[in-house]
Formats: sequence, C-alpha cells, structure tokens
Amino acid sequence: MSEMQDYASRLSDPASRKFETFSYLPELSQDAIRAQVQYICDKGWNPAIEHVEPENAFDHYWYMWKLPMFGETDVDRILSEAEACHKANPNHHVRLVGYDNYAQSQGTAMVIFRGPIKT
Amino acid sequence: MAKTYQAGVKEYRETYWMPEYTPKDTDILACFKITPQPGVPREEAAAAVAAESSTGTWTTVWTDLLTDLDYYKGRAYAIEDVPGDDECYYAFVAYPIDLFEEGSVVNVFTSLVGNVFGFKAVRALRLEDVRFPIAYVMTCNGPPHGIQVERDKFNKYGRALLGCTIKPKLGLSAKNYGRAVYECLRGGLDLTKDDENVNSQPFMRWRNRFEFVMDAIHKAERETGERKGHYLNVTAPTPDEMFKRAEFAKELGAPIIMHDYLTGGFCANTGLAQWCRDNGILLHIHRAMHAVLDRHPRHGIHFRVLAKALRLSGGDHLHSGTVVGKLEGDREATLGWVDLMRDSYIKEDRTRGIFFDQDWGSMPGMFPVASGGIHVWHMPALVTIFGDDACLQFGGGTLGHPWGNAAGAAANRVALEACVEDRNRNGAEGLEKRGGDVLRSAAKNSPELAAAMETWKEIKFEFDTVDKLDVAHK
Repeated sequence: MSEMQDYASRLSDPASRKFETFSYLPELSQDAIRAQVQYICDKGWNPAIEHVEPENAFDHYWYMWKLPMFGETDVDRILSEAEACHKANPNHHVRLVGYDNYAQSQGTAMVIFRGPIKT
Repeated sequence: MAKTYQAGVKEYRETYWMPEYTPKDTDILACFKITPQPGVPREEAAAAVAAESSTGTWTTVWTDLLTDLDYYKGRAYAIEDVPGDDECYYAFVAYPIDLFEEGSVVNVFTSLVGNVFGFKAVRALRLEDVRFPIAYVMTCNGPPHGIQVERDKFNKYGRALLGCTIKPKLGLSAKNYGRAVYECLRGGLDLTKDDENVNSQPFMRWRNRFEFVMDAIHKAERETGERKGHYLNVTAPTPDEMFKRAEFAKELGAPIIMHDYLTGGFCANTGLAQWCRDNGILLHIHRAMHAVLDRHPRHGIHFRVLAKALRLSGGDHLHSGTVVGKLEGDREATLGWVDLMRDSYIKEDRTRGIFFDQDWGSMPGMFPVASGGIHVWHMPALVTIFGDDACLQFGGGTLGHPWGNAAGAAANRVALEACVEDRNRNGAEGLEKRGGDVLRSAAKNSPELAAAMETWKEIKFEFDTVDKLDVAHK
C-alpha cells in the first residue's frame, strides 16, 4: 500500500477551486473536447458557450458568448466558436453547455478552456 | 329495478368478480399476488380481495341499499397465472376514483393494503403494482422540486450526483460529525447524508448537528468553488417537532433536508414535502422499513408501489438499491422502478415487473439514490445502470479510504468523471467491460484513486437475490 498523502486543498490557494463536471480530470485534449461536442450533437442538445473570470466561477450566470447555437450539429463550427470565445477572453474559463430543451435544463456543462489561476 | 334487502352471507364473487368489466381511464388499478387458502376458488379469493379493499364486508347490511354500491365497489376483472409459481396467481382489481380522497396517499393505502392483508381466506397477499390514473396524480403535490430544479440549484450537469452517508451511524459528537462532512465535501463529493437513525440522540442533539454541518458546507463551498449540501434528517417523534427542525434548517440556509417516509409515515411526509415546496428546500427520502414490507415474494407491498406512493406524497430523492452493492435488488426489477421514479410515462413491461402503463403528466421526477456497499470499482457499472440522473452514495467507499474522507471523495469523483468522459466518447455500451482500463488510466493522474483501487479490488457482494421477478422456471 502506497504511503499516506496529505489532501492539498486550501482556501488560500485559488488553484484549489473546481468548476464542476470534468474539473477533477486533467484538462481535456483537443481530441477529447471534440468527442464531447459530438456527444452533445448526438444527444440532440443545443450547444452554447459561456465564459467567466476564474474568481467568479461560483456564480450561476456566466457571460454568454453570443447566443446558444440552436440546431447546430457541425462540430467544427461549434469548436470554432469556442475557440473564438477563448481567444477574445484568454484569461477566462470557457464552458461548453448542451441545452436540453425537453428536460428544460442543461443536459451537460463542462469547462473546456481553463483560465489561468491568479495566485 | 329497485333491489330488496336480504340478510345473510353472499359469495363475494356474485358481486365483486366482473371479468366482463373494462377498466376506466380514471380507475385506480391494482395487481395483487394471491396465495389462497386450500379449497378457495380463484375467482372467490380475487373477489374477496376486491370487496375487502373497497366497499364490502363479510355479510349483507341493509345500509348497502342506501347507496349505489355498483358504482362504488372495487371490481376484480382479471386473473392470471404467476410464472414459475403454481400456488399463486395475480388478481387485477379496478377501483373507482371516487373511493379515494384527493391527494391522499394515506387514504389510498388504508384501502388497498388495509384490513384485506389480514383476511383469512388468503394465506398470503402481495400488492405487486398500482396504476394511478392521471386524474388522481394531478390531485397530489408530488416531489417538492424534482430532478431539473435540483440540478439548477446545485449547478450539477452531465453527470450523476455524488454523496456519502456519514459513519459511524451513531455515536459521533456534533463537532466531530461536522468534521467528517467537511472532509467529504472538500474532497469533491456534492452531498453528504445523515444516517437514517441519526435523529436527536443524547450524544448529538439535532440543533448542534445542524449548526456544525452548515459550517462544514459553507467552508467546503468557499474552498472548492462548488455548491454543496448535506441531508439534514428532520425525522422526529411528532409532526410539530419535525417542522421545528425543518424551520431551523431553513434559517441556517440548508439547501436540502431529509425524512424517513415509512417510519415517519405518509401523513408527515406529505406535509413536509408541501412545506419544502413552499420554502424552496430539497427533500431527500430514506426508506427504512421497506424490506419488511417488500422483500417477501408472496406477501407485502412491492417496492415499485412504495416508490410510486412516495412520488405522489413527495420527495426529490429516494433510495432505489444499487444492483451491484451489499443490499438486495434484482437488476431488471430495479431498472423498472428507477424508471417509475424518473420518467413521465412508463409503459407496461412484464420483463421489468411493470404491470400497468403509468402516466405522471407533468409531475417532477425524483433522483434514485444508489447506496450501500459500493466503491470505485463499481463506478463503470453504476454509470451504465443509472446514467446521469441518479445520486451515487459511497459511505464506506469514501470514509474507508486509507488516507481519509477527502482522498476517498476525490477518488470517487475522479472515477465518476473518467467513466462519464469515456461513456460520452465511446458510448454506454461496453463501458462495464472497458471500466477497468478507464479507471486504471484515470488513476495515473490521481494517487487518491490509485489507493482506493488498491484497497477495494477484492470486495464483491455476490449473493443471490431473494425477491426475484416472477419468471417461468420450468
């Protein structure tokens, strides 16, 4: 059995902040992000992009990047919007959302570009 | 033509066996499994059950003629063999909706599972399923908030919720208890839970527990930047005391409270669910005592009926069994009642033990809670079986981690996210097979997960299920 380790999470360390689904995994690769976009399209959900300063990530409402892409199923188009949002807001978290209009909720949401954490 | 009064005992089947009857859309329908006393004909026993659970008594009474019994009576309308059990049979009974008070699960149960279960002409009796017509569903308050609202409040999307019941069940002081909660939540769980028998004992009074737990939640939220909750158990000896505890939880800003609906009772539960709707607080429901009622295959009330009754009475979470852990639960049957908890329309499906179509209309669904003897190695199976709309609770599987609760929580969170990431990429089919590789690969970046996998790799719970679905064995 490996030796006991301390759980290094601190109020004083902004890097301890998480941001929900997939935030306990390493940052997703480009290939992995593409697969998640494809999943949203396959589910028939409406993709959307949101972003926020990392220190305000706890808020319910992040900034919408344009409008949700209703009916969009072109993975490249969706990825290019996410990249455009990231380029315009390089210091923000960028979140990919799949709106499920039948459940009237978000089918999924995940941060795909992680903003730099100010320490 | 007017009827005349004739005192005496009539066979039940003369009045209550109506094979020609076509059930109305507004009827409440019930399927009973009957094990009769020797020599009692099937039709007579079925009619007796219909009579004793509705208008009938053992003898004719003159006051029967002051009403229109043909309108109010329950009707046994069909009998079917039970696959694999020659001694029993299913009897289907239709009850007119006017027999039941609106919005009262209490009243429905008092009739359907009342005196009739002690009736001498049957040796054993089990209520297998009930169809609640949409006309009756609409009179019930139902879950205070439901799955979507809970997701929005907690900001959790695209994955199951992760929880943990704090152990040991009994004996911790309030401050030590809050410590255990804090460690779980800072490590990555969304929710923690009071065990069902934690109420307000001398070693930890409810008020102290509530205060320390809320402190734990607030600190874990600031530390992780994620929304957290703990099911504060408000189950109490009296309704007044229950509401007093609920009010205090609200005062402290608790997002979710908890109730034991069978030991507490449907009257208390329905009242509390209404209060939760009015006060914006989520309601987790535990099911202590259910196995007393639902485990015997020939007697009692099937859990799918108890689950439907709770959806009507009100709750946002309900324990469903895990299929894979330490507690009883046939896989197909569990999937059947999980659908009954979550979906808005469920078709009759005998392969899952569902005897009737059930339409819930716009009544919200509940999160099924899978809890009991599960750990990281079960994660691929749990994600496959339950999908995202479930709460997976790892008690020993969090607290038993060799490095403590926070590491145990992180291990579970990493395992869940890795399984969901893989499922979204490669499909749910085959996830159980790929699961070992998915976990081993995720553990490369998570020493907490690696240690958990090492600790629990040999633990399995492979006992045969006592209450199986009825299928032919010949």
